[in-house]
Amino acid sequence: MKKPAKEPSTVFETDLRIHPMAHYLRMDRMPHIWCSGCGLGSSMTCFIMGLQESGIDEKRVAVVSGIGCTGRMAGYLNLDSFHTTHGRAIPFATGLTLVNPDLRVVVISGDGDIAAIGGNHLIHAARRNMDMLVLCVNNFTYGMTGGQAGPTTPVSARATTAPYGAFEYPFNLPYLAMASGATYVVRWTALHLRRLKNSIAEALPKRGFRFIEVISPCPTAYAHKNRLGSGLDVMKFYRENSVIKHGADPREADIEFTGKIIVGKFLDIERPTFAELLAETVTAKVGGAR
Amino acid sequence: MVGEHFMTGDHACAEGGLAAGCSFFAGYPITPSTEIAERMSERLPQVGGVFIQMEDEIASMNTILGAAWGGWKTMTCTSGPGFSLMMENLGLGLVLETPAVLVNIQRGGPSTGLPTLVGQADMMQARWGSHGDYEVIALCPSSPQELFDLTVRAFNLAEEYRMPVLVMGDESVGHMSEKVVIPPADKLKVVPRNYTKKKPGEYWPYEFGKDEVPEMVKAGDGYRIHVTGLTHDKRGYPIIDAPTQDWMVRHLKNKIIKNRHKIIDVEETNLEDAEVCVVSYGISARVSHRAMELARDAGIKCGMLRLVTAWPFCEEKIRELAQRVKAFVVVEINFGQMSLEVERCACCKCPTYLVPHAGGDIHDPEKVFEAIREAVK
Repeated sequence: MKKPAKEPSTVFETDLRIHPMAHYLRMDRMPHIWCSGCGLGSSMTCFIMGLQESGIDEKRVAVVSGIGCTGRMAGYLNLDSFHTTHGRAIPFATGLTLVNPDLRVVVISGDGDIAAIGGNHLIHAARRNMDMLVLCVNNFTYGMTGGQAGPTTPVSARATTAPYGAFEYPFNLPYLAMASGATYVVRWTALHLRRLKNSIAEALPKRGFRFIEVISPCPTAYAHKNRLGSGLDVMKFYRENSVIKHGADPREADIEFTGKIIVGKFLDIERPTFAELLAETVTAKVGGAR
Repeated sequence: MVGEHFMTGDHACAEGGLAAGCSFFAGYPITPSTEIAERMSERLPQVGGVFIQMEDEIASMNTILGAAWGGWKTMTCTSGPGFSLMMENLGLGLVLETPAVLVNIQRGGPSTGLPTLVGQADMMQARWGSHGDYEVIALCPSSPQELFDLTVRAFNLAEEYRMPVLVMGDESVGHMSEKVVIPPADKLKVVPRNYTKKKPGEYWPYEFGKDEVPEMVKAGDGYRIHVTGLTHDKRGYPIIDAPTQDWMVRHLKNKIIKNRHKIIDVEETNLEDAEVCVVSYGISARVSHRAMELARDAGIKCGMLRLVTAWPFCEEKIRELAQRVKAFVVVEINFGQMSLEVERCACCKCPTYLVPHAGGDIHDPEKVFEAIREAVK
């Protein structure tokens, strides 16, 4: 065997041995369960980079997940992290944030978890303008259980429980979040790494109910079933079909099967949060101290 | 609120929570438990706490778990249909080993059943209602005073064993007004949260010693904990295999089984010479007490065992009594739930007779007396 021309330097070796994000990851839990070509790895990278950029002390950040592929993200992040029941990340996060207002509470979960089984919690937390950032990774399917149709599956897309094509009207999540009372609503795809990272960095220090949707490829279940190719092919599709429209009316951001995907920051307003209203309208009058 | 009050059971329950240090309540209105939530919405802001009315009972149970990991003492209340919805996250609370208190003011069931009328038919649901194998602690108050006292105890047990604890009241006790004495704080045993003294890096959320109870931390303290509803190891990391499942489920069970003598509480009356033992709890225990008096007046050596804790069940006590009484008479507002446990533990040493009631009303003491008379024949 030919010897390498040069011995690697010590610095070079160290860099290779330590993952650049090791500080933020539970390296003892690697390798993760996500498939090759899945958008969750890059979503998690964007979250970590956004967190770094925000300058928030990561010890004061708690991540809450529900169930599903995205739900596993809480377990990989080296932060206080809570992997709860299916659909219930938002109410769990509600309890955490209310008793600990200094804590930055982030919910990271999938479309099935947040919009189907947890849909009621989503709209009510948005209505209350509860202090939390919700990162909803939407891959249009239930990936972990093998590719069933869900509340965001586009019409005519195939799924194991929609073998003749989905025909239900899907949720437009940014529109749902805005209509329910969210104060910050953004959509990117897993291709828009820099923009997603920037949005996370911008949203993390804000108050109120913030909602970021990440359209993400599921090559194993969704793309395969729908002959959309590999994860890379789906990324190419995002590059060719994403339309950045900041300030667009989310009502116009419906997603159709292989149609254009409108992305961007749809909403960024301020409105008193649940905690602020509670303090102003109740605690200030009653004046109790713990 | 220290002093003597004429108070409903539901209000006494809320005051018990406050006295025990509860500062967070999440709930959803449901008869006959609503008055607890109403009282909390008024009282919690006065003591710097937080009350939130959630969108449903699923969210309520979950939110109190989240708030508990934020470091506060938390509680919710409900009744039958809401209790069903809470089963999912009662399981989460048990597996995450999260201290919290869940009060069920029982009404008649199944389904919507009898919203305004009494029942005691959720006793087995309390024990087995969430899926999987586990142990629970459930307390059964028989009076408004006990709704105060046992809510305090429920909070203490929740901290001592790091788990959600159930208070299984009933509509009659919840809506009844009686004298309630709230003792001064220095006369009340209140167990604080057992926070670890270990440093970040040394602590694991499911590492425990002989008593099987792991120490707590809270979010934001730098421990970077991970907890999950999945089967997990001492680190809280999910491990999907049979040996870890065996370790975790045995631990959840052993935590209660090993400590049962410290948890179980029964009240014994006239059992020294008893030939027949009436077993009851909640409002039915008060009816049974009258029936026992009627039996004694009629010359029957009747005693009574009141279950203050329904779960863990007082197995050893029933086994011991079965050696010396002629029969057990179980009085409960259902068609046989705790009576199944009595029968199992009596182990055919003596018969167990059930005095059933479908719900909607309490038993007639005369009918219970008749059952006692039949039992000793």
